[in-house]
Amino acid sequence: MKRIVQISLIATLLFAFNAFNANAQCKGFAKKICRAELGPYTHDGNYHAAILVEGEEAELYKTFYSDQEYRLAICGSENLPAIEFKVMDANKNILYSNAEDDFSRTWDFKLESSQQLKLLIKVTTFEQLSDDPANGCVAIMFGFKTD
Amino acid sequence: MKNKILQKTVYVLISVFAFALLLNSCKSGAKEAEEDTVEIATIDEDILQDVNEAKKIFYSLPSPLESAMLIKSAGAEFNENLLNPTENTTRYTTNKQMALNLGIYTCNLSFASLYDQTQLVIDYMSAAKEMADGLGILDAISEETINRLEENVNNREVILDIVSETFLSSNSYLQDNQQPAIASIVLVGGWIEGLYIATQLVDMDDFDSDKLVGRIIDQKLSVGIMLDLLKDNNEHPSIPSIVEQMEGLKVIFDKINIKTTDIKPEIDEETNVTILKSTVETDMTPETFLELAGKVEEIRSSYVN
Repeated sequence: MKRIVQISLIATLLFAFNAFNANAQCKGFAKKICRAELGPYTHDGNYHAAILVEGEEAELYKTFYSDQEYRLAICGSENLPAIEFKVMDANKNILYSNAEDDFSRTWDFKLESSQQLKLLIKVTTFEQLSDDPANGCVAIMFGFKTD
Repeated sequence: MKNKILQKTVYVLISVFAFALLLNSCKSGAKEAEEDTVEIATIDEDILQDVNEAKKIFYSLPSPLESAMLIKSAGAEFNENLLNPTENTTRYTTNKQMALNLGIYTCNLSFASLYDQTQLVIDYMSAAKEMADGLGILDAISEETINRLEENVNNREVILDIVSETFLSSNSYLQDNQQPAIASIVLVGGWIEGLYIATQLVDMDDFDSDKLVGRIIDQKLSVGIMLDLLKDNNEHPSIPSIVEQMEGLKVIFDKINIKTTDIKPEIDEETNVTILKSTVETDMTPETFLELAGKVEEIRSSYVN
């Protein structure tokens, strides 16, 4: 019985450590790698990041304001294939697709009138299919010009 | 007796492990979802479709820094009297109060930073730190951060970088530690504070041409996002009352019409910036504005008092 207790305890601790470690890595990736992609733009301070696997999609909804200059940065960790993203308006018209821009990690834009936009993010897949698909952190960050 | 205790311990540990497994599958479970999909496919195509559609969705509200920046860019004057006094920190003892006021103080801090109010920047960073510490957010705002702030108090660029980094640390800590509801409450606090400051600064004698009025109307576009974000965390006991307040605010925002033309993207070849071209028509009356300002003041007052 003591042995079962020991095994259960170790398994629980290992699992908790694994989950904590993945989150910590994602946070570090967003702060150190992706935030730097914003360059001269001021990061708004919001945190949008998650562990995604090959082929998985995510969506983000945000209001952008007229006459502000924005930079959007979407980054995937090194072990992931390219991250594809599209920016759409309320009528689902595609305003930008990084697939047509060599899978660029950033997009600079400015609006003449404020709009709520939708971002569709997709982790592409490696050509060689694997039984164990790659997974890693994907971070989405916004920066704006302050002056 | 010893055996019974041992048995109970095993049950507790197995339950914790099973719960942790469940949490993990919800959090980063695309890999697991894919494996599930294979099994489910043979059972029910509708369920399979639901699983495929269960993608990660982010609802992004304007951060406190963005809210403050929008007020500044509309040409508003700085008014210290509109900020939540730092002496009020001792009033906030519950997690809900501390989360709301972490957002509020971060908005005040951002506002002071953008207007180069050096002493206020330090005071509001300390107030935000008190709230973050109270919520158990480890090291988001360390003594080192405060010292760095003091050393660069005349460098706005560095200050804004510190403000943005500390807010990032706070909300990433909350997200990573299974407290997304608290993270969403922080955002609501900051958003309401920005809206409160903006509504208080509107010049009623110049209502039709005051740029702030346009910024306030724009917030209608974020109300739905905020409600979706809150409803995503509705199981948290602090959320339903906030949802109720925000729904009251939405009723007033719904009186405002916003009509925009289709967006036409055009790339500025020189700067490589895409201009999203469109025009907008809005129709907020002074009466609707005053009703909105009153409601915002009422909600904000319930957060700071």
